[in-house]
Amino acid sequence: MSLIELKNVAAFYGPSQALFDVSLSVDEGEVLALMGRNGMGKTTTVKVMCRMLKNSAGTVQFVGQDIGGLPSYKAARLGIGLVPEGRRCFANLSVFENLIAAARKGAWDFTAVCQLFPRLEERRDQSASSLSGGEQQMLAIGRALMTNPKLLILDEATEGLAPVIRHEIWEAVAKLKSETGMAIIAIDKSLKELGQVADRAVILEKGRTVWTGEFGDLGPEETDRYLGV
Amino acid sequence: MNVTALAVLLGVPLWALAADEPFIITLATRAAIFALAGVGLNLALGTGGLVSLGHAAFFGIGGYAMGILASHAQAFAPIMEAPFLIEGTKSMPMIWLVAMLSSALAALAIGALSLRTSGVYFIMITLAFGQMIYYFAISWPAYGGEDGLSIYVRNEFPGLNTLVPMQFFGVCFVILCLALLLMNAIHKSAFGLALSAARQNETRVLSVGMKPYNLRLVAFVISGAVTGLAGALFADLNRFVSPTMLSWQMSGEIIIFIIIGGVGRLFGPVIGAMIFILLEHTLGGLSEFWHVYLGALLLGIVLFAKGGVIGALAGREKAHD
Repeated sequence: MSLIELKNVAAFYGPSQALFDVSLSVDEGEVLALMGRNGMGKTTTVKVMCRMLKNSAGTVQFVGQDIGGLPSYKAARLGIGLVPEGRRCFANLSVFENLIAAARKGAWDFTAVCQLFPRLEERRDQSASSLSGGEQQMLAIGRALMTNPKLLILDEATEGLAPVIRHEIWEAVAKLKSETGMAIIAIDKSLKELGQVADRAVILEKGRTVWTGEFGDLGPEETDRYLGV
Repeated sequence: MNVTALAVLLGVPLWALAADEPFIITLATRAAIFALAGVGLNLALGTGGLVSLGHAAFFGIGGYAMGILASHAQAFAPIMEAPFLIEGTKSMPMIWLVAMLSSALAALAIGALSLRTSGVYFIMITLAFGQMIYYFAISWPAYGGEDGLSIYVRNEFPGLNTLVPMQFFGVCFVILCLALLLMNAIHKSAFGLALSAARQNETRVLSVGMKPYNLRLVAFVISGAVTGLAGALFADLNRFVSPTMLSWQMSGEIIIFIIIGGVGRLFGPVIGAMIFILLEHTLGGLSEFWHVYLGALLLGIVLFAKGGVIGALAGREKAHD
């Protein structure tokens, strides 16, 4: 049984249709790369998965349960952890406060998060607004982990970060995969870095799933045609 | 700064006691009670970002809880006999409990409806609820209507003579300190942090599995209960309760205490209430139009010291100390 499964999903922003026919699934312990050029519906698909946007057609199932009617906070409680695009930490709270504000019982606690990102321990009492972009990203991932999710969604987790920090974050993602077996959906523009962790890939084009397969099967034809690289 | 504020609030009545100035003790008691009301509202306004213009409703409900219980006890007449007997009481702890419960219930009902809105709609709906209760009190002849309700004795607290101004101040001061401890604990708890986070980014809070509406409702109820307790003490201080306690001007004054001291600052309402009482006493003696000067002070704070007096002195980094 898939951990999350979207079948023929369509969604609108007001009168504008953003998703027409998106289907994808992620199994437990699997890392899925969700790919596509800008504006093709990746973040909208994430919003549908997190129930921040209702789908007008199709089904969204999480652990076999139809979550189409759930509000976003209930979807999060079921175990969908989101690291949103643009990080958006709670600026007025300290690192420690950001983490414990979202905490739910489970293996991931402050100590475990700091083992993954030791910098957060060093910045424990510092205001989130005073962190560097990379540290804020680590905090955003840590905050999602503190909810003890079954599925972690990383939406452009390394966008705009220095190569050294990007490397550090991808290393942490790889560690999450190898040591915890957490299911992950990763959205990123870097094929090389996605390739280090992703098992499978889904490509979206104009709100439709146009390619699904093993990440290693992505050839020049697909990357050139759908990703423009 | 926080310790200084409490030391001044405690020191002034002690000096007044030594100098045989009971009126000053009463002023300090008034400041402590207003500070308590502000501490209550500050949870909703400062931490939760909920600009409630209806908190006078809870202040007044607390006042009327005291007035109704004490007036029945004074007249040896039960409040109701059927279906079960409810008698009045002069016991302060019992009155406080009733005041807090009734204010909390009112806050639950008002909050459950008004928290479905936000921004200016939230302000207007809380104002509307407040005015609804105000007009109800005016048209309630059983408890004085527009003239209010006088209580001829001060209520009792075990082991104290509450008619002695310094002893009644002590009661109010201790309650204020307990409320500050409670708010500090709430602010540092996961609930308080989540409430603060909901003020900053509602969508993000939803995405980590928390419902901002529930967080805000709980905060609104706690806030209402603490403000209601302040209302009961205020009515006891004056031995009088009237619809004025429920008016929108009262809601505005509680907000003013917070703005003067610093929105979201634990001790903001304490400093704000002390400055308010000081201005009321000093400027009020010079001119009946002293509110003009208060308005000028508020303008100055809003324009030049957005963290209030504490923000101006301690800096923005220490926002929640």
